[in-house]
Amino acid sequence: MPVRVWDAGREEEAGWAEGPSGLLKNASALSVEKDRPTREVLPASSKNVRSAEPRWYGRRQDRSMNIVIASGKGGTGKTTIAVNLAYFLARSGQVVQYLDCDVEEPNGHLFLKPRIESQVSATVMVPTIVEKKCNFCGECSTKCQYNALVSLPGIPPLVFPGLCHGCGLCIHVCPENAIAEDKRKIGRLEKGVGLENISCVHGVLNVGEAMAVPLIRKVKDCGLDNCVHIIDAPPGTACPLVATIGDADLAIMVTEPTPFGLHDLSIAVSVAEKLSIPLGLVINRDTNHFPPLERYIEKHSLDVFTRIPEDRRIAEHYSKGDIIISALPEYTSRIHDLVSSMERVSGTTIIGGAV
Amino acid sequence: MNNIKEIVVVSGKGGTGKTSVVGALASLLTNRVAADCDVDAANLHMILNPVVIEEKAFIGGKKATIDLSRCTGCGTCREVCRFQAISEGYVVDHRQCEGCGACYFLCPAGVVDFSSSYAGSCYICRDKYSAPLVYAELLPGEENSGKLVAMVRNEARSLAEKSGTPLVIVDGPPGIGCPVISSMTGVHVAVVVTEPTISGVHDLERIIDLAQFFKCKTAVVVNKGDVNPDYCKRIEEYSTTKGCTFLGVIPYEPRITEAQIRATTILDVAPDSPTSEIIRVIHKKLLTILEEL
Ligand code: SF4
Ligand code: SF4
Ligand code: SF4
Ligand code: SF4
Repeated sequence: MPVRVWDAGREEEAGWAEGPSGLLKNASALSVEKDRPTREVLPASSKNVRSAEPRWYGRRQDRSMNIVIASGKGGTGKTTIAVNLAYFLARSGQVVQYLDCDVEEPNGHLFLKPRIESQVSATVMVPTIVEKKCNFCGECSTKCQYNALVSLPGIPPLVFPGLCHGCGLCIHVCPENAIAEDKRKIGRLEKGVGLENISCVHGVLNVGEAMAVPLIRKVKDCGLDNCVHIIDAPPGTACPLVATIGDADLAIMVTEPTPFGLHDLSIAVSVAEKLSIPLGLVINRDTNHFPPLERYIEKHSLDVFTRIPEDRRIAEHYSKGDIIISALPEYTSRIHDLVSSMERVSGTTIIGGAV
Repeated sequence: MNNIKEIVVVSGKGGTGKTSVVGALASLLTNRVAADCDVDAANLHMILNPVVIEEKAFIGGKKATIDLSRCTGCGTCREVCRFQAISEGYVVDHRQCEGCGACYFLCPAGVVDFSSSYAGSCYICRDKYSAPLVYAELLPGEENSGKLVAMVRNEARSLAEKSGTPLVIVDGPPGIGCPVISSMTGVHVAVVVTEPTISGVHDLERIIDLAQFFKCKTAVVVNKGDVNPDYCKRIEEYSTTKGCTFLGVIPYEPRITEAQIRATTILDVAPDSPTSEIIRVIHKKLLTILEEL
């Protein structure tokens, strides 16, 4: 339940409807103009194309696109790719929103540097026992699937909020109507506008809190209409990834040419394939030739969207929180390649096409 | 049981080189059981190169399935499901289903099946140093509620008990959510491997808070320290003010990848490199911490 709503009027005010203002005047310094991809939809040709029909309008009412940046293994450069992609698209005139679903360790805002305009508590429901009404029957605790209620003889059940998933089952099964509900804070949502007018949302999970998935869902609920959502996925390949990637139009898997990178990539790819999400790879720190990765790519006919070489300067700028294509403009063309490939695979235009 | 000490190596942010450090430490700590709790992206076995002795099935959480041939279409289940997992046609989307059981218990016709299935495996192994290793693999996209992490830790502890091994070293998952909590509860020492970047510093604060929440003794290692010496200093100062032991700074090591490719540790690939030196120092300091417990 966001306190503040982004309404169309405000977007207009901020200049979003016309694309980014202000800094765009300096865009030539970034050579975005000359790198700008062509507008026509590239023909869906090779076997690599996983989804020829535009899926972009299918799943939602509005014309927005969900691009998830995932990795399986942590630290492969997922956030670097995500923030640079967001920055590139915004500089090219697209309306971009950055949704950081890595709620355990959100980092995108350290690069896009939004001024935080609103902070909202994220809550889940948790039962409270109305002690006067409870007859200690134990129905609730035997049915709760998460051991969040424990019955002891002669007293009302104890509630363990940290284990509760807020499903509401206990309320339904209590014969005495002795269970009410309260809100419990699991973290917060922060929203603001960052570099290049990119609207940024990130969730921050409370330390010691186990429930990442409800917070991920809340971050995604903040998605604005009619824009490109760049979604930074949590690391790993389990339920938080599924919650993030489930309704993606396109997944970008960032990997590195190492045995660990390949092992975790293959699990993340199988998650995306199970959910039939079109996907492509970004190979980061692509210096050493690692034949097993190339063989894997060939065997699974995966698309490599772009490759970023190992460059110590990237690591140094990253460490300081810089946007790479701004600090090292020679890398702009790599992100441009990424966008062109995304357009080819999704069978649609991304720059200038959506709004 | 009381004398077994557990060390967990965590990082908050992924990709700080945590597993390479665990692998190297595990090769030095001879009398130990190693456990890889990063169950949705397990990598430690790729360094320790084990022989699997036993595979145990991990049964995941329950999911609901509606028997459409007997469903009356009353709509109760859709009303009570808070996770929007049931479609208008009463088909349960297992990706959305949290396994809460509300539809199962409340369906008046009793046509909801609610059962669990195989969700991964836990492997008990002997690694190339002839020491025990336990690791697990979750099926892609399964729920990582921390139960499999707990299973890995329990198996590791019972191996240690049986063999009289005094130490379990755990490679923890990234983040601070349920799998991490599960891998940290009740351990004695948490070693945080971080990197000197703006994200690394940001995440370090949260993981140290978590470790202190669980009252484990906390120690910090900075990996790839020379990428940003300035942040490196700040991390050292921050950890000391937080009451953590600062174990050392490992320089950026390009041969780590080579070690991975050769399925071994940096100590084998470049025994005389500064990285290997420092890892041996860290190993000594860790032993001192353990003695003082
Ligand atoms: S709301 Fe659900 S998870 Fe929470 S205590 Fe009740 S039955 Fe258990
Ligand atoms: S089901 Fe209701 S009455 Fe029975 S123990 Fe739970 S709260 Fe008390
Ligand atoms: S078990 Fe719970 S989450 Fe799953 S479908 Fe039934 S009510 Fe929904
Ligand atoms: S509650 Fe049972 S009978 Fe009613 S719609 Fe759901 S599955 Fe069908």
